[in-house]
Amino acid sequence: MTDSIDRSTDLSQPLDRLGPDERLKHDSDYLRGTIDASLLDRISGGVRFEDNKLMKFHGLYQQDDRDIRDERRRQKLEPAYTFMVRVRLPGGVCTPEQWLKIDELARRHGGDTLRLTTRQTFQFHWVLKEDLRPTIQGLHDVLLDTVAACGDDSRGVMATADSGDCALHAEVAALAKSLSDHVIPKTGAYHEIWYGKERVATSEEEEPFYGRIYMPRKFKIGFVVPPSNDIDVYSQDLGFIVVTGADGSVEGFNVAIGGGMGRSDQDPGSYPRLADVIGYISKGKLVATADAVMSVQRDYGNRVDRARARFKYTIDRLGLDFVTAEIERRLGAALEPARPFEFTSNGDVIGWRENGGGRFNLTLFILSGRLANRPGKALLDGLREIAKVHRGKFRLTPNQNLIVADIPAEERPRIEAILAAHGIGETGASALRRNAIACVALPTCPLAMAEAERYLPDFTAKVEAILAENGLIDEPITMRISGCPNGCSRPYIAEIALTGRAPGKYTLWLGGGFHGERLNRPVLDNEGEAAILATLSETLGRYARERVAGEHFGDFLHRSGYFEPAHDSAAGDPMLDRAEATTRA
Amino acid sequence: MTVAQQFHEGALTLEQWQHVEALAGSLSPVQARWISGYFAGLDAGLLRGGGVAAAPEAAPAGRTLTILYGTETGNARDLGKALAAAAAERGLAPRLFDMADYKTRQLKDEEDLLVIVSTYGEGDPPQPAIGFFEYLEGRRAPPLPNLRYSVLALGDSTYEKYCEAGKRIDRRLQELGAARLHDRVDCDLDYEELAAGWSGILVDRLAVEGAERSAEVVRLFPTAAPATAASPAYDKRNPFAAAVLDSIRITGRHSTKDTRHIELDLTGSGLAYEPGDSLGIVAANDPAVVARLLDATGLDGGATVSVKGESLSLAEALARRFEITIASPRFVDQWAMLSGAAALEKLRGEAAAAERRAFLHGHHVVDIARLFPVSSLDPEALLAGLRPLQPRLYSIASSLAAGAEEAHLTVAPVRYSLHGEERGGVASLQLAERVEPGDTLPVYVQPNPHFKLPRDEAPIVMIGAGTGIAPYRAFLQEREAAGRTGPAWLFFGERNFRSDFLYQSEWQAWLKGGTLGRMDVAFSRDKADKVYVQHRMLEQAKDLYAWLEDGAHLYVCGDANALAPDVHEALIRIVADQGGKDREAAEDHLRRLAADRRYQRDVY
Repeated sequence: MTDSIDRSTDLSQPLDRLGPDERLKHDSDYLRGTIDASLLDRISGGVRFEDNKLMKFHGLYQQDDRDIRDERRRQKLEPAYTFMVRVRLPGGVCTPEQWLKIDELARRHGGDTLRLTTRQTFQFHWVLKEDLRPTIQGLHDVLLDTVAACGDDSRGVMATADSGDCALHAEVAALAKSLSDHVIPKTGAYHEIWYGKERVATSEEEEPFYGRIYMPRKFKIGFVVPPSNDIDVYSQDLGFIVVTGADGSVEGFNVAIGGGMGRSDQDPGSYPRLADVIGYISKGKLVATADAVMSVQRDYGNRVDRARARFKYTIDRLGLDFVTAEIERRLGAALEPARPFEFTSNGDVIGWRENGGGRFNLTLFILSGRLANRPGKALLDGLREIAKVHRGKFRLTPNQNLIVADIPAEERPRIEAILAAHGIGETGASALRRNAIACVALPTCPLAMAEAERYLPDFTAKVEAILAENGLIDEPITMRISGCPNGCSRPYIAEIALTGRAPGKYTLWLGGGFHGERLNRPVLDNEGEAAILATLSETLGRYARERVAGEHFGDFLHRSGYFEPAHDSAAGDPMLDRAEATTRA
Repeated sequence: MTVAQQFHEGALTLEQWQHVEALAGSLSPVQARWISGYFAGLDAGLLRGGGVAAAPEAAPAGRTLTILYGTETGNARDLGKALAAAAAERGLAPRLFDMADYKTRQLKDEEDLLVIVSTYGEGDPPQPAIGFFEYLEGRRAPPLPNLRYSVLALGDSTYEKYCEAGKRIDRRLQELGAARLHDRVDCDLDYEELAAGWSGILVDRLAVEGAERSAEVVRLFPTAAPATAASPAYDKRNPFAAAVLDSIRITGRHSTKDTRHIELDLTGSGLAYEPGDSLGIVAANDPAVVARLLDATGLDGGATVSVKGESLSLAEALARRFEITIASPRFVDQWAMLSGAAALEKLRGEAAAAERRAFLHGHHVVDIARLFPVSSLDPEALLAGLRPLQPRLYSIASSLAAGAEEAHLTVAPVRYSLHGEERGGVASLQLAERVEPGDTLPVYVQPNPHFKLPRDEAPIVMIGAGTGIAPYRAFLQEREAAGRTGPAWLFFGERNFRSDFLYQSEWQAWLKGGTLGRMDVAFSRDKADKVYVQHRMLEQAKDLYAWLEDGAHLYVCGDANALAPDVHEALIRIVADQGGKDREAAEDHLRRLAADRRYQRDVY
């Protein structure tokens, strides 16, 4: 079987036949490159081209203020370079002490703002080059780092933020943390560059798993605890769907592989793909399974064309059966048949909720995950005050919301008083708004083609008006905006999604599954707001009039024949919807 | 008196002289120059033949005449050239030197010496003349009992130490035993008439004396800077109307500065400049400032006044012909007289200099007019207290070699608040606020021979802060266009990296392309500890000294008070520490570099 496998694009080929990034990684001396020299260079606020690529492996992403890029070009000034610093925060859990440090760093180096990401971590933006070391060293003070928060490696490991059972949450979060520690790069480069540690001469392999050229592309892992699908497990390269035993603790996992959101408008062969559930493993095989799955992608992934390098393309190129068999071969055992599971939602439950252990979790809705002090709503200040008195944890959700977790009943009034004093926590947000996600996009993201985060409040208000007209204002509908087709806000599984094409122009996608089980479809391409709102007005109007009880908007569009039957997936289609896949497993 | 009567025994015979006279009358200027060279070449042979029995440099029975000028902006040089030409016309044989080029050991042999020197800053000599002053005022200056001299001192009466450089020379030559040919004449910014008067008197006197003693062969002035150089069609008095092509703010958002890049079109002007030269802007006062002054004095802007024989409206005269912001001591005198205010009267005279200075620092013309109102003021009485409006000079930030007939300027508007009103620089605010692309500005080229690239591939070290970076952009444009590969190192300082890194993307491109080999920057307001260019120089002391030892030419451009002294001090330390010299030897070393034109400064 192996003989028939095409290996012309993977690491079995000589380096000069692979893409330029492979050479760059290979020659980087395990991610060191010339980052040190780039940091010392006072002539530019940026870093050298190659170092920028390598710094992603260190969780750092060079950006510039695109609002003023052209203005500065005319002024004969280089772009206003700053860096995005993404923290590695497995499972999205942090302590109050860590919160206070992150808050302090955001105020000192990050432009007085923080972003909670769709992968449950903090992002600092606007960090100047000379402030990178102080920021990273500050994180180190509270045992946080930014290792592999970006780059061709295993990114931050996600975990369901609120399973309704605090003991189970703690167990899953701990697994996410230990797996993250296991899968991150082991090079000494990070310690040398950012903490100033001496390089230690050693005969040992610096990267026993990755080797010199790391992964072909990013690799995303997440743990999900049904019935919540808050992490959108079908969007992960490797998803672990928790199966609990009789005592309520983790017994094992259904394993899902090959999800991924990224696509490109310029590349018709690119597509988002939902993950396949390939079987069940017991808890003890977790690390071995992660190694087996990642190593298959490491060894077979496309290293010639980065646009085909994600695991989803490897699976579709080699076939799910081959990939599954190869994983099993590397594991030394067959996977067990998948256990049944059911998802009901990928959203968060906003507000107070008993945590399953006699204490309470408070989930705060944070629009676009943006923490800042605005007139009348001092999120950053308020949360800092909470962190000063809170003795539980904070949890960041995959929907960019924040859970103040494990609050004793007697502490609730104090927390509520702090929130009220800072204008936080009012429940006025509509169901639509609470389920909406936007990526950062302009002005900092270099990939953005259109606005996302800055457009979300305005666009949401306009959709809310349509919903109100149709009596749908309390109906939860998932809506996501991405500034480009790469899909950081996981748009392709939302019921309503916009992906940016050009300033003010978007592709409109409709019909995703409410709990992330089905991809949506493009309805309008490269259109402005008026056309998009007209289409939404029409489809939501029909939904209001013709839906059956409990029917979600995306499901309604499929049932009502809004989409041409010809568009429906055939078996084996990569866009096959996941309800079917689950049944098959 | 005829030529024949002027003729003295011992030189030419009458017959000889008549030949010369007949020949001279038929010569074109070019032929005259050729003849001059011919006779100069014959000089030695004539001596050997015993035709002339006197010192080689001296005319037989006459005295040598040397004209020395010390200049910052070129005014003294222009006057020196005019004086030399006038003297030559009258049969004298002057030698004309820039103090910067003058071999000081010749001083002891000088006989008649005419000095034209401007004053700079707080009583300092012009930058290029510093070496001459150090020699003259130092211990090695010789006694000069045989020297006759006169000094024309240029200055600006806004400054307390008015014409001080000229006064210093006058004083020192007296001390050394020299005799005045004529009393020193001190000129303010409107120096033309006084200067012409001084020149006329001296040329007259020397010509008459010379003719009385003996008329010698007409020797045109064999100087390093011949007065015959083709003068441009456009100059200070006849500026070219250059169209503004572009005017943009090049400091980024949130900058504490507001520095502008301005591109001017010189097409069709015939104006040529070299990197290092300046562009003179014939600026005009802000109409709002004119209006304020009219309001304060109660005068009618439409009133007709006469300025140097020209009739124009008062508003026009105030806008274009006079300095109406900063007041001079002359204005204090005039206004004291007009207003009869005791408070002003108290500020007059030498004794009140310090007080007056403080007062003028805080009071512009308009403030004085408001404080001490004069009723039924005669417009011309106001004008009599004002100084003529002077053109403003800006180091040119471009090179013609880059291809376009343009001159680029880097301008930081001068703005401040006084008595609750926004005030500012005349030209810088005009450039920044009142001129738009499409408008024209009267300009001329002001050469700066003391800030020039080496002709060869010698390494250059350029040190500048703020708008002092301007000439280096010209240098690198020139070197890039000429494909010259000499090593280049730039030190630049400003306030904030993000907003104030002037021409950042251009330096980056030159660094990438190799025209610029090395660049060190200091931004003083990015961090709590203020870092300036001199700190970066000291950090790089070893390399910097090695460059100097390799023959590097050193340039400093920027603020005379904030930059130049600190950079100079850093250089002394670097040469002392790295060269194992004591302080005095290090200073000597730098003086030698300056004398060799390897340490040039353009500071303002």
